[in-house]
Amino acid sequence: MASLNVLVLVCLIYVIFLFAVAFAADRAALHGRGAWLRSPIVYTLSLSIYCTAWTFYGAVGFAARSGLEYVTIYLGPTLVMIGWWWTLRKMVRIGRSQRITSIADLISSRYGKSNSLAVFVTVLAVIGTTPYIALQLQSVTLSFSIFAETDMISGGPSSQQSTAFWVASGLAVFTILFGTRNLDANERHHGVVMAIALEAVVKLFALLAVGVFVVWGLSGGVAETLAQIDASPISQFEVTNSRWIGLTMLSAAAFICLPRMFQVMVVENEDEGHLRTASWAFPAYLMAMSLFVVPIAAVGLERLPADANPDLFVLTLPLQEGRDGLAILSFLGGFSSATSMVIVAAIALSTMVSNHIVMPIWLWMSGESAMVSGDVRSVALLARRLSIAGIVFLGYLYFRVSGGGAALAAIGLISFVGVAQFLPSLMGGLFWRGANRVGAIAGLVVGAMVWMYSLFLPSFGDTVFLPQQVIENGLFGLSWLRPQALFGAEGLDPIVHAVMWSLLLNTFVFFVVSLLSFPRPIERLQGAQFVNVFQHSGTAGSWSGGLAQSEDLLIMSQRIMGASEAQALFAGAARHQGIAGLLPEPTPDFLQQLERELSGSVGAATAHAMISQIVGGATVSVEDLMAVADETAQIMEYSSRLEAKTEEQARTARQLREANEKLTQLSVQKDAFLSQISHELRTPMTSIRAFSEIMRDTEGLTEDEQNKYSSIIHDEAVRLTRLLDDLLDLSVLENAQVVLNWQTGNLSEVLDRAISAAGVNEPGFKVDRIRAKEQLELRSDLDRLAQVFINVISNARKYCDASDPVLRIRSKQSGGNLIVDFIDNGSGIPTDKQALIFEKFSRIGETKAGGAGLGLAICREVMARLSGTITYLPGQNGAAFRVTIPIDVEAAKAAE
Amino acid sequence: MSPKQRRMPVFVERKTYRRRRMADGARMLPILGALLFCMPLLWAVSSPPKTTVTMFYLFLVWIALSVTSAIISRHLHDDDNGSQSDAENGGR
Repeated sequence: MASLNVLVLVCLIYVIFLFAVAFAADRAALHGRGAWLRSPIVYTLSLSIYCTAWTFYGAVGFAARSGLEYVTIYLGPTLVMIGWWWTLRKMVRIGRSQRITSIADLISSRYGKSNSLAVFVTVLAVIGTTPYIALQLQSVTLSFSIFAETDMISGGPSSQQSTAFWVASGLAVFTILFGTRNLDANERHHGVVMAIALEAVVKLFALLAVGVFVVWGLSGGVAETLAQIDASPISQFEVTNSRWIGLTMLSAAAFICLPRMFQVMVVENEDEGHLRTASWAFPAYLMAMSLFVVPIAAVGLERLPADANPDLFVLTLPLQEGRDGLAILSFLGGFSSATSMVIVAAIALSTMVSNHIVMPIWLWMSGESAMVSGDVRSVALLARRLSIAGIVFLGYLYFRVSGGGAALAAIGLISFVGVAQFLPSLMGGLFWRGANRVGAIAGLVVGAMVWMYSLFLPSFGDTVFLPQQVIENGLFGLSWLRPQALFGAEGLDPIVHAVMWSLLLNTFVFFVVSLLSFPRPIERLQGAQFVNVFQHSGTAGSWSGGLAQSEDLLIMSQRIMGASEAQALFAGAARHQGIAGLLPEPTPDFLQQLERELSGSVGAATAHAMISQIVGGATVSVEDLMAVADETAQIMEYSSRLEAKTEEQARTARQLREANEKLTQLSVQKDAFLSQISHELRTPMTSIRAFSEIMRDTEGLTEDEQNKYSSIIHDEAVRLTRLLDDLLDLSVLENAQVVLNWQTGNLSEVLDRAISAAGVNEPGFKVDRIRAKEQLELRSDLDRLAQVFINVISNARKYCDASDPVLRIRSKQSGGNLIVDFIDNGSGIPTDKQALIFEKFSRIGETKAGGAGLGLAICREVMARLSGTITYLPGQNGAAFRVTIPIDVEAAKAAE
Repeated sequence: MSPKQRRMPVFVERKTYRRRRMADGARMLPILGALLFCMPLLWAVSSPPKTTVTMFYLFLVWIALSVTSAIISRHLHDDDNGSQSDAENGGR
């Protein structure tokens, strides 16, 4: 019989060996040696922490109780692994590009870096994992006690408790030593990973050895073993469909969601390519682990006494047959399973607890930011170590309180259901951009509550939290609220029942709340980055340094990492860059290295934020972006206002230029007019003077001559008077001193009058009118209106240069106005003169008719007095004027 | 989808095509596996099958899945650039 002392000795040697391996691996990684540390095989083996002591020992027990059903626990992970292209590939890519440190970090990052969500996930993970740690302690204790029984120096329950205590303490020490020694390696723990890879080999080898011993040693061959299975109580494949499918799905979900699985699968992943190997190697590993389970169970059931615990067949079969060496190997296998699980779970949970609970509280309590206060590194380390110790201690406490036994054995699956609640938020976050924080929180809360109520609390039996009465009759006596038959779903297996309801309700609430609520900008940004990670990832964003102050970086790093480590790091980087002294150039490489170093101490997000604060950010937060966008919008608005102003000024300048041009032209016109008017005035005056002198000085003029001369004098005087009249008229009109005489009349009559007064009723000048359209009544000063018409018509007669001149007069009514167009078929008025024709003294070219250039100016003034307008109508193949008159001038004036 | 991806040629070279079909295979494999693992439930409809028979069946399927997965993942080896848009390019 193997003595307990030998066992303890072997155990100690094994533990020391593990320490040595972990230490060597850490050293090799530190010195950059050991590419084998990063081989895909090591990665695959580290995934085997899925196979805990519960599966190492418990699978055989499971098989002994219910046959092949145990295999579902391995089938789920197998399907997830061979379906790596769907999910795991994306998770690993996101984990690497977003510097994810834990599953809580992943979920909180996806939903806008929400810390409340991270805290919730952390708490749920701790609740789900603690019983599992207790389970590992129990299995180690139980296996110890088996040896103690056979050794006949059994110490009873008290020694069991002390075994559990020592195991727990040892595990805590190992985890703290290797899990927190290299805070700066981007959350990767080479020593630990190497140790658990080794343990994976040991447990597989142990189980296979026991299996080979059972099949060929005890049964005597494959055929005999098969016969033995057929003869055993588990010869029939009797599983219910719901349990088979439900447990497979549950184990698949747990494989993705378990914090420790996330730790080895995503956080410790060195290279995405490793997944490719793991995608077939890990299913093969699982297959090998479960290969001999049924034979061991069948043989154990036959050979061991009926009261033997089937959970320990792996250990008791070799012991009973006197194979002490094999028994010790088997014990080491179970021990390896238990310890590797506890170590990784403690690391994963402590990362979550310290990053999402302890550090925020500490930062909040110490006030302000980490930049000003003390040594963050020591706090981070301390928080991590205390969390590890606390979590392992919690597991031990749970083991003590629950007292071990069957209640604990059932907790494995219950724990799975608890962590499976992360699945909807996780998958929704990876594949659905519409998933948001409120939805995730709501779904998680509902799922966790259903799990608590329907599975976790009832597992303790009759307690204060959930009395037996509630379990039997439902909450408040409502039968549809019975924890194990929610909504009347009776007759289901409790696990399947809880999986179904918790995940269904979780998913439903998550989906509906996500649909109905609106995410914050940062959630939408993160959502896009997560869901479309393959379109824009590669690696995490790199720094573009240059603006960074190396000295500031050093000051900050000293606070976080400790002075000597930071200085060593900086000096090393400077040496690497070929710079003497302590301060390296802030190259992107160096900044990335520094961020990796810092992220181990304070978490990736904080490290990133700290560096970006100093560097000034190649990568900026959404808030920064929005601030920038705000500023840009302001600048754009300002510049568009400036632009509008500039345009306005340009318009004004153009107007001014035009006005100036007009003024210049007017001045030229005026000069021309002055010479013209003086000429006009002088010509009649000269004739008047000359003829009056002749009449005065010449004797003996005949009657005829006298008549002729005096009529010349008279005509010239009339011409002078008319000129002066026009000038006077214009001045009166301009000063609004004119008295208007309102009458009602017909437009056609006014035109008749004007045409006859203008003297165009002569052959050689044709007036084209449509009288039917002129029958329009209007109220205005008809005499003044006729004056305008006369002026326009006589202008046409005087200036129309067509060989066969025609004047078209067209009238129409438009709204409250009459429009009369006068269009001749001459050459019209040149464009550059059109602006001037209504000005005083304006005369177009060297006119043959020799008017004073006041006619149109008078017309314009008259029309203004009549509340109408006269404008030049361009583009009519001739000179064209449009006269617009209100139908009722008094109404028009009132409207003004 | 960026315009850049929309301008991709209709046909891809033979190697890329093969790789994408392998990615399709990698996607389908777990579904196939789930169906095969559920087969024993159908046998159990009339009378429960023997554990040994079911065991042989399950482990053979298991081995076959591992081997198939190994073959597929070998062909997905040098994929890191080409595989990214295969879900978005209409399955070419």
